[in-house]
Amino acid sequence: MNARSPTSPVEVRVLSGTGVCGSGFKESSLEAGLAKRPHFIGCDAGSTDPGPFALGTGGTAFPVRAIKRDLRLMLRAARRAKIPLLIGSAGTAGGEPHLALFGRLIEEIAHEEKLEFPMALIHAEQDKEYLKRRLREGRITPLSPAPDFDEQTIDRATRIVGMMGDEPWLRALDQGAEVVIAGRSSDCAIFAGIPTRLGVDAGIAWHAAKILECGAAAVISRPSPDCMFATLRGDHFDLEPLDPALRCSPLSVAAHSLYENADPFRLVESSGVLDLTHVTYEALDERRVRVRGSRYEPAARYTVKLEGAELVGYQSIVIGSIRDPYIIRQIDSWVERLTERVRGRVADVLRGDPAGQSYVFNVRVYGKNGTMGALEPVTEIRGHELCLVMEATAPSQEIATTIASMARHQALHLPIPEWRGFITGMACPYSPAYLERGPVYRFCVNHVVEPDDPYEMFPIEHVHVGN
Amino acid sequence: MAKLGELARLIRSKNAGPFELTFDIMFDDPASFERVRASGALSREVIARIYHLATKDVKFFVVPDALAFKASIPRPRFQSDLADSDNHGGQQYAPLIDIEIA
Repeated sequence: MNARSPTSPVEVRVLSGTGVCGSGFKESSLEAGLAKRPHFIGCDAGSTDPGPFALGTGGTAFPVRAIKRDLRLMLRAARRAKIPLLIGSAGTAGGEPHLALFGRLIEEIAHEEKLEFPMALIHAEQDKEYLKRRLREGRITPLSPAPDFDEQTIDRATRIVGMMGDEPWLRALDQGAEVVIAGRSSDCAIFAGIPTRLGVDAGIAWHAAKILECGAAAVISRPSPDCMFATLRGDHFDLEPLDPALRCSPLSVAAHSLYENADPFRLVESSGVLDLTHVTYEALDERRVRVRGSRYEPAARYTVKLEGAELVGYQSIVIGSIRDPYIIRQIDSWVERLTERVRGRVADVLRGDPAGQSYVFNVRVYGKNGTMGALEPVTEIRGHELCLVMEATAPSQEIATTIASMARHQALHLPIPEWRGFITGMACPYSPAYLERGPVYRFCVNHVVEPDDPYEMFPIEHVHVGN
Repeated sequence: MAKLGELARLIRSKNAGPFELTFDIMFDDPASFERVRASGALSREVIARIYHLATKDVKFFVVPDALAFKASIPRPRFQSDLADSDNHGGQQYAPLIDIEIA
């Protein structure tokens, strides 16, 4: 890659498709971005925000049809403009099934659109023996807070991915790829590599990347997800939303540095820390903002963050509601009595089955503290009805449903002292009353690995797409 | 006196990854932001008390460029653990709304 001319200062223009591939953007915004002659199109496709299920099941948080729509538009645009397309954290979690899905979608689109190009797939799912070796060498260390993580955790994990830096991206491009689809990646790394390679200051490149990876999220008011454009040069970058109805202001861009970060001034990446302490924001006009003063401090040691999911069990739930004020006023003791009866029924029915010893039964009481649990400061119940979610988690779906079904029956007819006779004390909207939620997962790691180099955890596979 | 919710343009909570929860308290105008800052009613200690934490476990930031305060805490339950009730962490800010500002 050699876009640096000796006679003119470096200027790199970047088009971000949207905040998450599959969440959508306007075709007119993408076209407006293309008209500004970007050096490349990038888009993040991942997040831990939907929870561990994507990592656990291999599924995606956004519908595959919506993902394909966004990929098609970005791929067509990139091929037309003859610029690279970079898609990171494929399929929400960026593991092997997610990367394979995106590779397949790109191949389908290429076939349908009659496109041909060299593509790289960068793998991010980690080999368990590799992780165990690094753990034994003391080269896997916890972030804070972190769950316990040992060789047994690695064995139990359904899937563990590493979060790549910008280096594997650049290597894939250097090796000839024009479309790069990566497994789990730092969101910023998708956008920071090419500008730094072309000579943009690292602080400017990583800060612009931080904003670009969220698409149009840094605008004043964003009615729906959309594209974002950045121009990087010298000591600053300029941000411009591509929908003429959207505007960036110094306040909106500054405020964006808060979103989903624990620390608004220091953002940790594999190769360093982006320091925003001395950043200034200047309005260029009603819609564009110039950002200066971002710094990138190289790290003393290169680290790769891990994300992993472990199967907790299978879950079945029953949703019910209570309208009887006598039951509502004694809901805590009612739940205790219900839990005791469920325990008794499990002992009767699952006697001798080890599954009967390793289930979790929990009742969420909406209308009391369903949202905040023990942290709920409001202690009295102010509503006239409650919603209950009764939840059984067990080693198999069949056992979970067995327990949930018994809980339904016990809850329906649980006696209270105020009434004499056989009562039905809960309303159930569904028949059957239980819902099988399938496998449920937990995030099992919040640690970093110290690899020998930025590449060893992320093998690059080259594919020629098209005829 | 006014409640924090009446002065802020936005109070929100959200996951900062699966293991931390972060709160943003943002203002439209410098006067409201400065009023809250001067009142001292929003602090590391107040966040620690509301979320039942030791003060040292709360990160607290004043971000004047964004007219915002920010606090980050270890998640009360890791995201999506069985006892977690808020997978996105989006509804944990409600007690902040009622903080009284002089």
